[in-house]
This record gives sequence, C-alpha cells and structure tokens, in this order.
Amino acid sequence: MNPFVTLKIALRAVLRNKMRSFLTTLGIIIGVAAVIAMMAIGAGAKARVEDAFAAMGTNLLIVLPGSSTAGGSKGGFGSQPTITWDDLAAVKSDIGTVKAVAPSLRASQSIVSDELNWTTSITGTTPEYFEIRSWPIEQGAPFTHADVDAGTKVIVLGATVVSKLYGPTANPVGQTVRVGNTPFTVVGVASKKGQSATGQDFDDAAFIPSSTFARRIQGGLGKYMNGQMYVQATSSETTTRALEDIRALLRDRHKIPASGEDDFSIRNLAEIAGAQAQGTDTMTTLLASVAAVSLVVGGIGIMNIMLVSVTERTREIGIRMAIGAKPASILLQFLIEALVLSIAGGLLGAALGVGVATYLASKFAWPMAIQVDVIVVSVAFSALVGIVFGLYPARKASQLDPIDALRYE
Amino acid sequence: MAEPALISVRDVTKVYQTGDVEVRALAGVSLEIEAGEFVAIMGSSGSGKSTLMNILGCLDRPSAGHYMLAGRHVAGMGRNELAETRNEVLGFVFQSFNLLARTTALENVELPLVYRGIGSKERHRRGRIALDRVGLGSRLDHTPAQLSGGQQQRVAIARALVGEPKVILADEPTGNLDSKTSVEVMALFQELGRAGITVVLVTHEPDIAEFASRVVVVKDGLILSDERHEPKQAAVP
Repeated sequence: MNPFVTLKIALRAVLRNKMRSFLTTLGIIIGVAAVIAMMAIGAGAKARVEDAFAAMGTNLLIVLPGSSTAGGSKGGFGSQPTITWDDLAAVKSDIGTVKAVAPSLRASQSIVSDELNWTTSITGTTPEYFEIRSWPIEQGAPFTHADVDAGTKVIVLGATVVSKLYGPTANPVGQTVRVGNTPFTVVGVASKKGQSATGQDFDDAAFIPSSTFARRIQGGLGKYMNGQMYVQATSSETTTRALEDIRALLRDRHKIPASGEDDFSIRNLAEIAGAQAQGTDTMTTLLASVAAVSLVVGGIGIMNIMLVSVTERTREIGIRMAIGAKPASILLQFLIEALVLSIAGGLLGAALGVGVATYLASKFAWPMAIQVDVIVVSVAFSALVGIVFGLYPARKASQLDPIDALRYE
Repeated sequence: MAEPALISVRDVTKVYQTGDVEVRALAGVSLEIEAGEFVAIMGSSGSGKSTLMNILGCLDRPSAGHYMLAGRHVAGMGRNELAETRNEVLGFVFQSFNLLARTTALENVELPLVYRGIGSKERHRRGRIALDRVGLGSRLDHTPAQLSGGQQQRVAIARALVGEPKVILADEPTGNLDSKTSVEVMALFQELGRAGITVVLVTHEPDIAEFASRVVVVKDGLILSDERHEPKQAAVP
C-alpha cells in the first residue's frame, strides 16, 4: 500500500480530533522544548565561562609569590615577595614552552584628571602584558620597553576609567592625569574587554610601566618583585609542561630542597576554566536528562490515546479489513498516526524550546546558544518515542479479528 | 471433468468454543454456486447463515471441510491471502452499510482500490464509474451523514463493485431500509446479476428472497432446502 496514502489517512485522523491530538502531543512538546531550552542555556553558560577565561588570557599561568608568616599567623599566597625580577627574566629566557612573561604589580589608586577623579586598580607591567591577555590598544599605543627601562611616567587607561574621567566617547591620548602627586601622560586606551567570570569589570583598570610602578607607588625598585607573574605558554598543549618547567626552575633558583615546600604557587587558568566548564556540562546534562524523562512520559501519553483510538475505531478497522486491508496495512496506518503525532509534537516542541530559550535569554540577560544538532536529535528522539509507543496499539489493531471488529458497537 | 463451480463448499463445519460449551454453528454444509447465480441464503437468527456468510466471505475459516472459491482453496490461506482474496474476488454489502464516517462517497468507494495499490487518478476514474452505475454520480462529495439510508447502501454497493469482483456478498442489505428502498436496492442487485456478477444474499425476509433465482434455507447449521425458482422482478417505477 502506498505510504503517501497512509500518511494522508493518518493526517486526517489526527486532524479530526484537533484538541485531543494537541493534548496527546503536549507531553512530547514540553519534553522537547525543555530539552532544547536547557541545552541552549547550558551551552550559553558554558560559552560564557569559556569566554570569561579566554578574556583573562589564553594558555595563561599565574605565578604567585609565597606566603608570609608573622607571629604564627600565616598570610595567603602573595603576602611575602619571594619572586625576584631575575626570576622573571629567567622564566622568560630559560623555558622553551614559555611564549611571554609579564609582571603584574597592583594597587588601588585614585587617578585625577583636570576636573574629575576615579579610584581604580593600577597595574605596573611590561608591554607583553597586553599580548598575554590578548588585549589590544584601541587608541594611541601601549608603552614600550624603553618606557619600562627608563621608568617613564606614561599610562594606558581602561575604557571604564576613560568614561569616568572624560566621558564615554572622549579620546584622552596626550592628556595628563595625576596618580597620587605624580603626573602621567596618557599614551593609550585599552579596548573594551567586558566582565570576568565573577562579574568584575576588566575595563576598570589602568596600566603603567612596572619600573615606574615600583618606584612611584611601591616606594622603590628592589630585588624582589612585589606582585604576580603572568606567563603565557606557547600553546594549550604545552601549558601543563610550562607549569612544571617553571616550578622546577623557581625551586632550583630559590634553592628549595627536594623535601621542601614551594615558596610560590602557580595557577593554571586553563585547568580552572576546564573545571568550571565541566561543572556547567554536568548541570546541563542533569537538566536535559530530567527533560528527556518527560519525553518518555509523553510517549506513554501517545500510547494511551492510540489505544483509545484503536478501540474507538474498531469498526473502521473491521471495514478496512473486510474490503481487503492486510494486517500490515492496518499496522502501518496506526504506526504512522503515532509517528505524525510524535513528530508534530517534536517540531512544535523545538519551536517552543527555541522561543523559551530566547525569551529567558533576553529577559534575564542569560547567555544562550541554540544548537541545531540538539534540535535534530530531540525531534528524532521524539519520532523514535512515537514508533516505540505506537507499535503496541498498532499491533493490537492489526491483530483484530475482522468479524469481531465489524460487529463491534 | 466439469469446470469447478465458482463457489464450492464441501462438508463444512464450524465449531465455536464458548466457555465449556461447544456450539456447532455449521454442522456439515455442502453448497455449490455457479458464476452468475443470484442466491438468497435464508434462515432465522441462530440458524448458522451468518457463519456460512463469514466463511463464504473469507472473513472466517471453517473448522473442517473444504471451501474452494474461484478455483482456490480458502481453508489453507493465511491472513494476508484472505485479505487479498476479499479484495480481489469479493465485494461486501452489509446491513449497517459500514461506510467510513466523515469520508466522501467517492473516497469510500475508492477504498478497496487503495488496498490494491492503484494510483489516485485510476481510483477516481473507477470510483466515479461505480457510483454512476448505482445512480449516485452526482453525489461524489457527500459524506454518509449527508445521504439517506438507501443512498448509503448504494454507495456501499458501489464500493463492493469497484474492484470488479466475481462475487458480491450481501448480508441483510435491506435490513435497515424501508420497503420501497429495499425494492430499489434489490433491483440494483438483479441488474448486477444480469451483468454476470454472482450475488449471494443473506436474509431472513421471504419477500426479499423472492427476488433471487435460488433460495437456500439453513436451519440448525444444516441446509434444509435448496430450490431454484423464477425470480420476482424488482421493477423500479
């Protein structure tokens, strides 16, 4: 029998009871919509975490100096400067898996323009910093190695600082600002970078040469570097290797015995990002599994209504059999009817899921990424649900005895 | 050797098991019907005439005995073969019309051809011819609810005809019709008989049986009498 004709018969049967068909497919609709919305939001959250970590810098390792111990109270990492400027130079020159190294000395300082002032985080560093953090300069230029060597009083401002001091569209390059009592010339404005994973504004920052920072803000350039070391590995594969190499080098330079503890610590941002992403993945999978259960429940709903439909249409089945329908034709007719219901539910659910995800994303400013493969898989899965749960009623219909079916009232 | 009859039933029995009780619906029936005959099977309810009809209609298989239809043994057929035989050799007309509701006359008539795998154009053509033949050529798009009882039964006859069957089996076809419409339907059967189609009619009304050329009376699962006579002509005024 022509499958196209069968499809037409099935469509007509489905459309004959529009309300019932809709309610039957509601389980599938909700299931598919939930799966798609959950996956879209989950993928969006994951992308946001990844973006946030990518914004920190790619293949980034952060070396923190050791902890201080004062009167039995131990400070955290970074409380005791243990890393020397020579260590920084050695990491840069001696380790093959390291692409770039920059110091990061930080302090919160007030920056004063002609009329306004703004307190922000000032970082003392070298030009490599902008490269490591993939942070291009939008206006002007970054300071140079010559500036670092000479301790020039130049400054690069973050976008937020510019907007607070000069207004959002201003170009302050060439202007003079004061940090404390020291006048600095603005040489560049860093491009807008947005927020970190924890919601911190990256653009609320300013950068000056590390030597200038040490002298003007930390009160002198000594042997020890009073801050952190940002290290970029040559690639994502070499990050772990670079971490081990830096550790070995610093232990060697600090003459730490094999049994001794490190007097520094190294953070691997890629690892942290990976763990975060895995966390969101787990959450997404969990939510999607719960949603998938409702798909199966929806399938049971279809089976239920198909069984009712077979009973209701027993006489029709009898007539069809009497005039020559084979059991297989009857089976196919009811199976296609279940399939029409489940696929229609799948498609409606996909539309609803995309709608819900888009709505939630815009309403709550949640990130979202609609995945075509998820849509295809969930619609295909609902079709499978239709076949699995439609088979029993369809088989029941095809096994009816024509005489009993014809006599059925 | 003589050519076998179109319908040849030999010593057919049918036993139903209802709980612990065995019911012999047919106790051994032998019957031959030649092509072109118009046979009425008569009997009161419970006589076994419906069981005989179901067996003749390939809807049921005998418990024992032989049944040959158009040269083929029915007793050994599977469900698919039975379905094919019903589709190609037989046409059914029922007491309660048994048309598909909310489906047009033309679509109802085309249904046997759908299961034969015939394309839609050819189905429409043959469906129209069949409806013309029963005088409903102008009501192709009417659904059963929009037709009178007599018209519905004619649609059912058109459906039985459309596959060009060798035999039309009519089970109490006038049972739900008034006497005037009954005569009209019988006239239609007589016309089909003249066109060479074998008609087997089950009825309990002697008035209706008079229109057939042969009357077989069934009682208690056995054939009581089998007589040929000159049929009364159902002249349509």
